[in-house]
Amino acid sequence: METDTSAAAGEARPPYLKVENVTKKFGDFTAIKDICLEVFESEFVCFLGPSGCGKTTLLRAIAGLDIQTHGRIEQAGRDISNLPPTERDFGIVFQSYALFPNLTVFKNVAYGLENRKTAKADIAARVDELLQLVGMPDQGPKYPAQLSGGQQQRVALARALATSPGLLLLDEPLSALDAKVRVRLRHEIKELQRKLGVTTIMVTHDQEEALTMADRIVVMNEGVIDQVGTPLEIYRRPASPFVADFIGAMNFLSAVAGGDGTVRIDGVGLSAIECVCVQDEGTAVTLCLRPEDIVTRGVESGAPNAFEATVADLEFLGSFYRASLTAKGVENTRFQADFSVNLVRDLGIEAGKTLTVAFPADRIRVFADS
Amino acid sequence: MTDGPQAVVIEAPLVKPKVGRENWVMRAGLAVIGVYLLVAVVFPLYTILSKSFQDSRGLFVGLDNYAEYFATPALFYSINNSLTVSVISMVITVGLAFGYAYGLTRSCIPGKGVFKAIALIPILAPSLLPAISLRYLFGAQGMIKGLLMGETIYGPIGIVIGEVFWTFPHALLIIFTALSLSDARLYEAAEALGASKLRTFFTVTLPGAKYGLISACFVVFTLVITDFGVPKVIGGGYNVLAVDIYKQVVGQRNFQMGAVVGLVLLAPALLAFVADRMIQGKQVALLSARAVPYEPKPDRRFDLAMLAFCGTVAFVIIGILAVAQFAALVKFWPYNLSLVLDSYQFDLMDGGSWGAFWNSLKMAAWTAVIGTAVIFTGAYLVEKSKGFEHGRGLIQLMCMIPLAVPGIVLGLAYIFFFNAVGNPLGFIYHTLIILVLCTITHFYTVSHLTAATALKQMDAEFEAVSSSLKVPFYKTFVRVTVPVCIPAILDISIYLFVNAMTTVSAVIFLYSADTQLASVAVLNMDDAGDTAPAAAMGMMIVYTSATVRLLHFLLTRGIARRTQAWRKR
Repeated sequence: METDTSAAAGEARPPYLKVENVTKKFGDFTAIKDICLEVFESEFVCFLGPSGCGKTTLLRAIAGLDIQTHGRIEQAGRDISNLPPTERDFGIVFQSYALFPNLTVFKNVAYGLENRKTAKADIAARVDELLQLVGMPDQGPKYPAQLSGGQQQRVALARALATSPGLLLLDEPLSALDAKVRVRLRHEIKELQRKLGVTTIMVTHDQEEALTMADRIVVMNEGVIDQVGTPLEIYRRPASPFVADFIGAMNFLSAVAGGDGTVRIDGVGLSAIECVCVQDEGTAVTLCLRPEDIVTRGVESGAPNAFEATVADLEFLGSFYRASLTAKGVENTRFQADFSVNLVRDLGIEAGKTLTVAFPADRIRVFADS
Repeated sequence: MTDGPQAVVIEAPLVKPKVGRENWVMRAGLAVIGVYLLVAVVFPLYTILSKSFQDSRGLFVGLDNYAEYFATPALFYSINNSLTVSVISMVITVGLAFGYAYGLTRSCIPGKGVFKAIALIPILAPSLLPAISLRYLFGAQGMIKGLLMGETIYGPIGIVIGEVFWTFPHALLIIFTALSLSDARLYEAAEALGASKLRTFFTVTLPGAKYGLISACFVVFTLVITDFGVPKVIGGGYNVLAVDIYKQVVGQRNFQMGAVVGLVLLAPALLAFVADRMIQGKQVALLSARAVPYEPKPDRRFDLAMLAFCGTVAFVIIGILAVAQFAALVKFWPYNLSLVLDSYQFDLMDGGSWGAFWNSLKMAAWTAVIGTAVIFTGAYLVEKSKGFEHGRGLIQLMCMIPLAVPGIVLGLAYIFFFNAVGNPLGFIYHTLIILVLCTITHFYTVSHLTAATALKQMDAEFEAVSSSLKVPFYKTFVRVTVPVCIPAILDISIYLFVNAMTTVSAVIFLYSADTQLASVAVLNMDDAGDTAPAAAMGMMIVYTSATVRLLHFLLTRGIARRTQAWRKR
């Protein structure tokens, strides 16, 4: 799981979808700026970012629903930059499902097929196959209003896949659903995508969704791409403080670069924390470290990056504890560490207790302050 | 951001979207609607404006006509008269409608459905009809003429009574809606805080209905100042603007002065329209999704008082209609009271005929069918098409204009435009086509807004989905949009039909010997002294409108039943 096979293999073959320098303006407002991106065949890519970051704008540009102001888009070797949606090759699923309310499930799924002058029997067979595929056989005669949200979204998915498009676009498909249905459907969509091998782009603001479903994640912020990578890369090696903050929990500590690959935090106690820091000596930097990466079991004082810290507060979160710690002698430097329930019990960790903790050098990320 | 990438962006060529076949269809549709609105709304209005600056030979004379208008007391006194009756009618109608709506929403009176139905009946009648009834009630040989204590009904008193009857349902519908949208929690809070009933009324009820009341005021004011039927029949020597236009054009053949009066009449209507729009823009939804609807609790004294009030109003409405029907059947009022059908022999009357009635039916049917198709399709193109922003904005603006234009001004503008020498569309002058066109235009705005509201409630992504499935938008329009919007489409068509049956003002200048209409026949027979047949014809219009309304109700219910599988939420 450490390396992503599909992306690595993808480098060798030509990309299925190529986005080059795409910019979209709405009047004076620039929604996305100079976006470049490659998506490979059969890949599942997530556009992840907070609302207003431009992820939906990019998706709609790829679909041709809101054509970009500048830039080029190529799909399967064909320049589709200025084509209307009808002349492109994609299926799309929206957050609102957008099922036709006056047509049955069967008619909804058959909608795109009927326009292609396919024989009636073939249409029926294809619709049955698709409903089977999304786990809704025998639901054909029902109307969308008679289905639950999760079922409606499955029908929307079947409708989008009916014409066997080369590219599947999902615009926040799970956001309108209950938490439990969302988790189940997340899994099902991923399974289906793997089985069909259809190149898929999903827009989401939910990091968990992106981490669990995507082969690669495109993290966007304020109209630009901050980072592209596998879920593990994005989580382990965030490319910017924004990505570090947006995905998962993260400690941010102000520090100063030592010029020799080390940083100092506040000068006291925590001098010479070893990590990868390429900044010149004296540069103000921010040190990032995830709470779950901080270790305390078996850490001897004097070990690399080890120091004494006092537990200021301990919060029980079900499967683990989140501790607020202050480095000894540096009361204003506060950070959080996640300790398993076992660990807390074994070491008798409680508020007020002083522990020896260590920042593992390979887990620390350092960003120069801008 | 460094300068590098930005410089690249600026130099990058603009992407010019390819215009697909579908886009051409959409653009062509928008262009057709745009041209239609130009021909039906903008050009005629421009013509009437330019006519007001010309002399009878068509030479430009600047403001001479206006100078003459304001130098003629007989003419400009009408401004004062029109404003007076409009404001008085507005105050009375809105007051009565508020009381009636208050009874329907805040008390426990029985038979609320019946009361509401009775209150809406006047919508089905031409405005001429209550005026004719008033003659029988308060005229020289009126049934209850003594109630006026010597005052004459011919003048402001008659106009105000007639207008109150005729505009009552319009005000009631608006105020009823405003009062229905009340949050019971506010009343509970007021009660918990120990506010008296009176204080609750002034601090909760009235503020909640404020915008409804203001809107009702503007609607009634505009209806009255632009109405032509009531003052024509019962106005006597009391001149008002709408009748002045008629007199100038039909009586004196002074078209230029008619145009001037038309524009004078346009001013207050336009002002009321703009003010109403501005206030509606300020209105925010007072009712949140979590609001609890107010349920009135029985209160014997209050309920009896409200019952007495609503009962009296309903009695008057039915009474006025019953008098018209009675008048139509009586052999010779007031000397021979035996009931006969003589008055229904319209073909023997001066200015009326059964042909006029059939013409009206034909005209109303065409208006409903063509009008609904054009207006709904137009609203769809404006709401759902992509790009073309300026063009769509302009079309939307043109759709709003007709609401501000009084029917009689529109009718006069149509004479000027379509009867002009060299207009290639001149052939429709004096045909049924121009009557249909004028009527659709007259009632365009409300229909357009109904359609736009229904379309806005549809999922915004239907068009996106169908284009991803390579289904052209017009197929989705036919297969999805129209079926889903059927209730709104039926509402528009019934609205157009009933208004086409009852309207007088817009068509009074445009009918010909072959295209007489029932509502015009009411006016002409009344003018010729055949008052009883006029009442008979007026009641025929009421029965027709009521029948069509009933059919509409049954049809809507049938469709709702058949489609409930997919309409239920």
